[in-house]
Amino acid sequence: MGRVSRDEPLVLGIETSCDETGVGIVRGHTLLADAVASSVDEHARFGGVVPEVASRAHLEAMVPTIERACETAGIDLRDVDAISVTNGPGLAGALLVGVAAAKALALGLGKPLYGVNHLASHVAVDQLEHGALPEPCIAMLVSGGHSSLLRVTDVTGVGDGTPEGAGVVPMGATIDDAAGEAFDKVARVLGLPFPGGPHIDRAAREGDQVAIDFPRGLTSRRDLERHRFDYSFSGLKTAVARWVEARERSGEPVPVADVAASFQEAVCDVLVRKALDAASSEGIEDLLIGGGVAANSRLRFLAEERAAKLGIRVRVPRPGLCTDNGAMVAALGAEMVARGRTPSSLDLPADSSLPVTDVLAG
Amino acid sequence: MLLTFDTATPRVTAALHDGERVVASADADVAMRHGEQLAPLIEKVLADAGADRFDVTAVGVGVGPGPFTGLRVGLVTARTLGHVLQVPVYGVCTLDVLAAQAVGTGEVAEPFLVATDARRKEVYLASYDAEGNRVEGPVVVKPAAAATDALVVGEGADLYPEHFARTAGPRRPSAAWMAVAITEELVGLLDPEPLYLRRPDAEAPGARKPVS
Ligand SMILES: [Zn+2]
Repeated sequence: MGRVSRDEPLVLGIETSCDETGVGIVRGHTLLADAVASSVDEHARFGGVVPEVASRAHLEAMVPTIERACETAGIDLRDVDAISVTNGPGLAGALLVGVAAAKALALGLGKPLYGVNHLASHVAVDQLEHGALPEPCIAMLVSGGHSSLLRVTDVTGVGDGTPEGAGVVPMGATIDDAAGEAFDKVARVLGLPFPGGPHIDRAAREGDQVAIDFPRGLTSRRDLERHRFDYSFSGLKTAVARWVEARERSGEPVPVADVAASFQEAVCDVLVRKALDAASSEGIEDLLIGGGVAANSRLRFLAEERAAKLGIRVRVPRPGLCTDNGAMVAALGAEMVARGRTPSSLDLPADSSLPVTDVLAG
Repeated sequence: MLLTFDTATPRVTAALHDGERVVASADADVAMRHGEQLAPLIEKVLADAGADRFDVTAVGVGVGPGPFTGLRVGLVTARTLGHVLQVPVYGVCTLDVLAAQAVGTGEVAEPFLVATDARRKEVYLASYDAEGNRVEGPVVVKPAAAATDALVVGEGADLYPEHFARTAGPRRPSAAWMAVAITEELVGLLDPEPLYLRRPDAEAPGARKPVS
């Protein structure tokens, strides 16, 4: 096995946990390539990701996307120091395509393989934009698949050996729908295209966010006792649908912009409120936001405005790095190399329900 | 050297052929673990033969038909290895590999069928002449619709004895036989594209259901 540069390792990362085939290449904290092939158009008519369609697309896109990433980065595959790959959580069949491809690369190149956690990768990607991660930090990950609040003391997952002291610890999560899922469902109610996030964001700009008082999930005093850092978007989604249906029944036009703005406000208000509460409760001064919903303009604005008042710094990678991509996996892989972590073995499994505390596969 | 493997049945099988003979082979029969087993098996056949990755000059892979998730593990591994090692990748119909073995070992010497488990109470099926040349298929069918008195090779026959009374030959494919079949040109070579034979299960959502 060749000598691995620990300072500025050249790492190729593969991400296939959902419908994007992502291959990223980084050198240390520097992004060299972020090639993504998406099958989103094939899923649009189904109103959601169809696992088998996604898996078939990953197989077809894998080698071309690897080639494209190497071309963009201007590197020869044989120069990479390590391969990293998302081994969970995500769609089982989709993950498996990426994991198998990563193993073939590691085998064919004779380079170490790191199977890494998708959620921790969403955190690590920020170092490509803003440099070394602030540790500890609170990470809020919001997308169509996840809504989690994490306390990150070591993004490679190595803690002090206790469950509470793991490097990445979940503080809260959604108890029903993911935030991005709520955006998709409400978009459908409003007749906006899939995926809903960007369309709601755009429609909301013309609307009034206090026009309709939609519920804020898990914010009552009783709920806060048990679910202080957890989210719930199912009730909100239903409330929006009811409101729109009542309008339609009465024959009045649906004010799409106002509904979008008020719904978006309800989601962002709760997300930001709980994230800042988590940071304050832990005495942590850095909040990092990742996942597709982090691209939402209102979420960014509210987080920055309210955090400033509390003296908390907010870091949000640019939108292209927030959605699922290979660069984030490469970024975490580079951190594994830089911190001298032990590579994964070639029999590492894909695990669709991998817990966030398992950052690096054995 | 030719590296071969197949993941289109519950078995993961890998082999290495030096142009003269099979120099190493290894199988694993733990269902649903293709993704975990294939890479270590490839590593093992290379090590057993005292070879390394640079000795591989071509890759052969079973393109199914077979259950999709496992099938893709083999295909993406073959395509990626071919890309990294800059060597050609040959696809072979998995049923043809079973046929080549059945005829090559002398276990079958008359026209026959090959059937493997397609799950959902169906089988992947193809028919062959006495020399092992594919005549029809592969298709995915209900066993009752394919009931026959002909000899049937492959595990699909064992699952439905009421429809496939006469069985013979290998039950699961062997990468060693795939390597022999490719080297001795007993099978047709295909692009490394999966033979799914089924569309993905996907339904467009109906009209929005009211919540109240
Ligand atoms: Zn994600």
